[in-house]
Amino acid sequence: MTTPANQAGPSLRTLASDWSSDKDTFKEVPWGKTMMWIFLLSDTFIFSCFLIAYMTVRMTTTEPWPLSSEVFALTIAGHHIPLLLIAIMTFILITSSGTMALAVNFGYRRDKNKTAVLMLITALLGASFVGMQAFEWSKLIIEEGVRPWGNPMGAPQFGSVFFMITGFHGLHVSIGVIYLLTVAVKVWKGDYQRKGNYEIVEITGLYWHFVDLVWVFIFAFFYLW
Amino acid sequence: MEQVREEGQQQHPLSIYFKIWLLLFVLSGFSYMVDYMHLQGYLRWSLILLFMFLKAGLIISVFMHMMWERLALIYAILLPPLCLLVFITIMSLEADYTFLSRVIFFGQGP
Repeated sequence: MTTPANQAGPSLRTLASDWSSDKDTFKEVPWGKTMMWIFLLSDTFIFSCFLIAYMTVRMTTTEPWPLSSEVFALTIAGHHIPLLLIAIMTFILITSSGTMALAVNFGYRRDKNKTAVLMLITALLGASFVGMQAFEWSKLIIEEGVRPWGNPMGAPQFGSVFFMITGFHGLHVSIGVIYLLTVAVKVWKGDYQRKGNYEIVEITGLYWHFVDLVWVFIFAFFYLW
Repeated sequence: MEQVREEGQQQHPLSIYFKIWLLLFVLSGFSYMVDYMHLQGYLRWSLILLFMFLKAGLIISVFMHMMWERLALIYAILLPPLCLLVFITIMSLEADYTFLSRVIFFGQGP
């Protein structure tokens, strides 16, 4: 029998047979996990482009860059604390990563209820992160007068970079919360218990940890630098 | 097949997650302290980068289970981002040039 792969010339049949010729590079890695990793790799490049763009505008501007530790300071009970909200957001995201890691672990132990509850807690922490970001944005827009095209503190690029990078990250968190809730409901209903396969929880976890990972870089480069 | 995969893989004691969680908290606390203590210059930047890479490494290797994956996957995912170093170098050279041009032709700058 001649396989379509042996046919010469371009045809959709050869294309399909080449890609489905049963080659297994990532052995023992479920395909869903491989695909999530490849997606995260592409997302890495997107966020890197944003951060490199930020580096470029910050290096090229001739006006002073606003002091982020002052811009994001909060005054609570008369105490002026720099970067307080950002620090709380960082700890919340790390905590959500921790609960997610536990959820993955309980998933592989086939503990349906603990997995669902831990994923729910993760989603709640993620939602509170987005809420704090909304507070941060409104404070910056309304009280500080930061706009994508300018701000009273210095280099006009500050606003565009801030809204673009934290906005895109916030979008990822929001999508992650929806993703987590969707999978948590399916865990709760016992869909994966019946299949005897909790890989999807680990795949969801990969996405969530990535969101936390990106925040590590944003926190270091945008807020602390 | 699925059963074997599932039971053979990514089953680790809970304690390791709690340890990493604690470490991430401590490292985040340290990086916050860098700002709080008003450290400046190369000390500030090197500490920020150090804590950042430690945190990123812990998240990728333990929380994302990368240290227990096969080398084929590790290389496929972790090597491509290295080309970003070239991108960063090119853009910082270009940025230096742009900055100098702005200072020379617009007479702005420090």
